[in-house]
Amino acid sequence: MLSRRTKAIAALAGAASFALIATGCAAGDDTAADDGGPIELTVATFNNFGYTDELLQEYMDEHPNVTIVHNVAAESGDARANYFQKLGKGGLADIEAVEIDWFAEAMQYSDLLAEAPDSVQGRWLEWKEAAATDADGRLIGFGTDIGPQGICYRADLFEAAGLPSDRESVADLFDGDWENFLDVADDYREATGKPMIDSANSVLQGIVNQIEYTYTEPDGAVIATENPEIADAYELVTERAIPNSAYSGQWSDDWFASMANGEFATMLCPGWMLGVISGSAADVDGWDVADVFPNGGGNWGGSYLTVPADGENVEAALELADWLTSPETQMKAFANAGTFPSQVDALEGEELASATNEYFNDAPTGEILSSRAEAVTVAPYKDADYFKYHDALQNAVNRVFDGSEDASSSWNTWVAEVEAF
Amino acid sequence: MTSTQTRPTVSAPETAPAEPAARPVRVLGFRQNLSRWDLKLSPYLYISPFFIMFAIVGLFPIGYTAVISLMDWDLVRNSGEFIGFDQYVWILQNPQFWTALRNTFSIFLLSSVPQLIVAIFIAAMLDRNIRAKTFWRMSVLVPFVMAPVAVALIFSNMFGDNHGLVNGVLTDLGLPAVPWHKDPFWSHVAIATMVNFRWTGYNTLILLAAMQAIPRDYYEAATVDGAGAFRQFTSITLPSLKATLIFVIITSTIGGLQIFDEPRMFDNTGEGGPAQQWLTITLFLYNIGWGEWNFGRAAALAWILFLIILVIGLINLAVTRTLVRDEGTRVPKAGKKQKGVRA
Repeated sequence: MLSRRTKAIAALAGAASFALIATGCAAGDDTAADDGGPIELTVATFNNFGYTDELLQEYMDEHPNVTIVHNVAAESGDARANYFQKLGKGGLADIEAVEIDWFAEAMQYSDLLAEAPDSVQGRWLEWKEAAATDADGRLIGFGTDIGPQGICYRADLFEAAGLPSDRESVADLFDGDWENFLDVADDYREATGKPMIDSANSVLQGIVNQIEYTYTEPDGAVIATENPEIADAYELVTERAIPNSAYSGQWSDDWFASMANGEFATMLCPGWMLGVISGSAADVDGWDVADVFPNGGGNWGGSYLTVPADGENVEAALELADWLTSPETQMKAFANAGTFPSQVDALEGEELASATNEYFNDAPTGEILSSRAEAVTVAPYKDADYFKYHDALQNAVNRVFDGSEDASSSWNTWVAEVEAF
Repeated sequence: MTSTQTRPTVSAPETAPAEPAARPVRVLGFRQNLSRWDLKLSPYLYISPFFIMFAIVGLFPIGYTAVISLMDWDLVRNSGEFIGFDQYVWILQNPQFWTALRNTFSIFLLSSVPQLIVAIFIAAMLDRNIRAKTFWRMSVLVPFVMAPVAVALIFSNMFGDNHGLVNGVLTDLGLPAVPWHKDPFWSHVAIATMVNFRWTGYNTLILLAAMQAIPRDYYEAATVDGAGAFRQFTSITLPSLKATLIFVIITSTIGGLQIFDEPRMFDNTGEGGPAQQWLTITLFLYNIGWGEWNFGRAAALAWILFLIILVIGLINLAVTRTLVRDEGTRVPKAGKKQKGVRA
């Protein structure tokens, strides 16, 4: 707790000192787009958006009357708690980042958020922009990144298991549906006696993110327990993914510790996951990433910037959000933190196409992830309750994995839970 | 008293001069009244800051929570729709609530009981003549200084299923690994360990202070009578600790029923486990309130928890009074009867 707070304070102090330098140096500069006196804009993000002090300084140089204070929360959950406690009551930053997981919850209150200018419309991938447009047609979120998924694998472990290990052959190997992916996992387990997949719930996540209507429909009907696609996904995961998975879910201490020691050989990999792997297993050679995903493409994660309508400098904040999510700025953020752009122009740009990742055996990650982004065909409908249903289903898989319940009784427990919501 | 009866008739100025002749003291009485009020009101004024603060930050939230618990509340828009006791019914019908209740009591018993026994034992040891007294006494308090979240983080790491320290040692010794995050009982043991680590020293010091207040004459007399250390402990020390034990038990009950940090930090999701193995009532409350933003249900659950703590507190008091004899009473039964009459 303390470290988070000190981090936030450090970030604040850093940003503030830059702001001081900015106001000192930029006096007399005449390029200000805004009229009037000095404006202080606060930007609240989480994890790492790639918004470095240098990047923000560029904007302050162009707009000498603007000072930017960048406040970083340690994780998106903290940002979520803060967001909903203050939304509509004042006290939020001028620009607040929202993660896709709880973006639908924020969309419930789209009337409390400022509308993006018409000029930015069409900047993003169609599904990314559609998700940020409310029933009245107001676009209230500036898309930042998306999470198109490829497959990360350990080339050395694949080789030892007698499987192909170069990028192209692995892409061919996994080209197919989820059954095919799990067939390969069976082969791997037969050859090595070890599970191939990191976690059973990542498979569930992968499948569910390819289903358009999962738990609810736009008219409010709850289809969770009757949806045959969900029932099939659950069956496939509990019957075939669990025996092939090292862990039930991700993000546990055990899971982080295992990334370095070869307990498993593949992970479903959105762009931001590359950073998680290279960060947790810095000493391991052999991780690589293949341009393939079971059953077509899939998106996992990504964020938006929103501007609360009750802020003091809404106009200036909209302008900054516009700049931060422009294709050019997003490419700089991608270079800083690997946040894969959701802007069409950035996706088509030369810079992205030539990006490589040294840790992943110099894989052309820009090219691979662009290709994966193109393969995404379904934008799952996620309403405000999505997280609740999905979380309960993940727990159902966890129970089967832990052996506390068998597949059918765990499903029934989930059904009972969903009916009680 | 009589002056108040005559007052109403004093409204006419003509009658006023007649009165002082009879009772001159009464009219000059403003200063006297002041000093009488001073005597009667001052004590209340002096303690009022606490009660005013309590009304603002204690009573008002409790009342407001009761109001919200009857409404379908929207946190962001700060408004709600009155729906009566539906949310209480929802919680009482939810199996997760009963699991949470079971877990809370299980963790409470696994922590409080061993903790109190150990605390009494350590306090009794520290009460004897040992070298470097202050060092030992301060040492038992060191875990209490650590932030609960830090304790929880360290212990959660130790109790990892696959890469944890404890299971590492167990498997090295050829013993089976303990399913800390799968089996409800073992998860409770792990969480209770964190609680015990933190609170045993605190309770030890409180009990030690109480033990030192026991007159040494009792022990000398007992020694002369030929009572051994154990007999002295059960017949003098324990009965003399009654008031302190009641305090310690009540505070640890309230703390135990509100246990939150440790189960919240026990895994990365903080939701109490996939099968609610270590979901406690406060954690359930947090999940409903800050996970689902359903403050109506969370408020209802808060009130249910409040009532549970109240009931348990009363039972606790009754049981403790029966078990631990009153200080200095030679005949326990008579003492009990007197207590009963007084209460």
